[in-house]
Amino acid sequence: MIKPHRNQPLWYAFMLHRLSGVALALFLPLHFYILGLALNDPESLDGMLLWTENPLVKFAEFGLVFLLAVHMFGGLRLLALEFLPWKSAQKTFAAAAVAIAFFVALVFLLRAI
Amino acid sequence: MVEEGNTIKVLLSRGNDSGSTLKEYEVPAKESQTVLDVVTWIQRNLEPDLSYRFACRVGMCGSCAMTVNGKPRWTCRTHVSKVMDGETITIEPLRNMPVIKDLACDLNEFFEKWTKARGHFIPTKTRDDPIELISPKEKKRREANAGIECINCGVCYSSCDVVEQNDKYLGPAALNRAWTLINDVRDGGRVERLKAVTSEGGCQSCHSQQGCTTYCPNTLNPTRSIAGLKKAAFVATLKGEL
Amino acid sequence: MLSIRLYLAQRITAMLMAPLVLLHLGVMVYAIQGGLTSSEILGRTQGSLFWGLTYGLFVVALSIHAAIGLRVVIHEWFGLNESLLNWITYAITLLLLGLGGRAVYAVVMS
Repeated sequence: MIKPHRNQPLWYAFMLHRLSGVALALFLPLHFYILGLALNDPESLDGMLLWTENPLVKFAEFGLVFLLAVHMFGGLRLLALEFLPWKSAQKTFAAAAVAIAFFVALVFLLRAI
Repeated sequence: MVEEGNTIKVLLSRGNDSGSTLKEYEVPAKESQTVLDVVTWIQRNLEPDLSYRFACRVGMCGSCAMTVNGKPRWTCRTHVSKVMDGETITIEPLRNMPVIKDLACDLNEFFEKWTKARGHFIPTKTRDDPIELISPKEKKRREANAGIECINCGVCYSSCDVVEQNDKYLGPAALNRAWTLINDVRDGGRVERLKAVTSEGGCQSCHSQQGCTTYCPNTLNPTRSIAGLKKAAFVATLKGEL
Repeated sequence: MLSIRLYLAQRITAMLMAPLVLLHLGVMVYAIQGGLTSSEILGRTQGSLFWGLTYGLFVVALSIHAAIGLRVVIHEWFGLNESLLNWITYAITLLLLGLGGRAVYAVVMS
């Protein structure tokens, strides 16, 4: 359970940013390995790409696109917070980052299926 | 429901870092009762050896800060009726500080970090120099004024995840104070102070969770101050000052 | 644990990557329609200096950014000492640079 003092929107924004970053970092070696198959084993690459046609995989890809987008838009909010004049609407920006990221991921999914 | 004639259930932390428990008490409910009223009633009527701190009891000194139902607050300014968790209220010492006994914490490290962040004014003039005229409307003075009402109550320090997980982190109060001084045009220690707030445990460790801003009873915004420090550090690094 | 230099490196690589991530998201959303095959990818990337440099820069920036980010997470959640943290940070940087560099080479050169 989340401790009471952490139950506020910008803590959740922080945790989402951290978890999305860790998830992306863990995913990358796999992503790079698969792309690297093009070097010596393009048949395996095509095999992998065929496997990704599976709807479950498409949904996972939707998740990954969301994680990348939310990490980036959340990160832009942080860069603005740290290097541009202070804006008090941080909760609004954090919510907007999630909304835009979800929209981008949804567009990806709808084009993918 | 907190009504006259009823009692409320209070869970109070007794003990210290070697071992503490939540002990249960029944306290008579009173109108407009504050959490400090409750703690005081328990000490006077039930537990004479209960240790806790308070001073002004009117929301000016910050001495009575404790963790109430998980959140750091000034107990003299916290109405029981506003924070009741069902029929219970849980009162514990402030987080992130060693517990001396029961509800009283050791604030030494909190104050040492204030010094480490160079949170003190370094003068450049003498009494023989004319008084420096600074308009309260100047941008830097407005930035400084936004943060100078800090009374070192420790609530922000107690609400911060980074303080909890990084024992070198200077904390929101110390960094906020350093920011107010960096914006004080009379102060002579700007570069030393920037070095202090960018050393280990400095402003770069803040994750902008804004727990400090959420809970500061004086409605200060340490996250904003720390963001100012980060930007000042960036500029100073580009200039080669750091 | 996190020096001001590491912090600035992370923020600067973040700024560098913002347009690159937007580009990557755009490319993915564009390319995914109608399925994806290796020939579709390689048809566009093979021999392309533009894609090589763009994604090459992306790999360099993200190797630094991710390593520093993970360093902070590992310190805060597992409390490892400075020396161990340094080893891990370098290891992650090299791993991502190596695998990522190979991936870029694979799609541009092969």
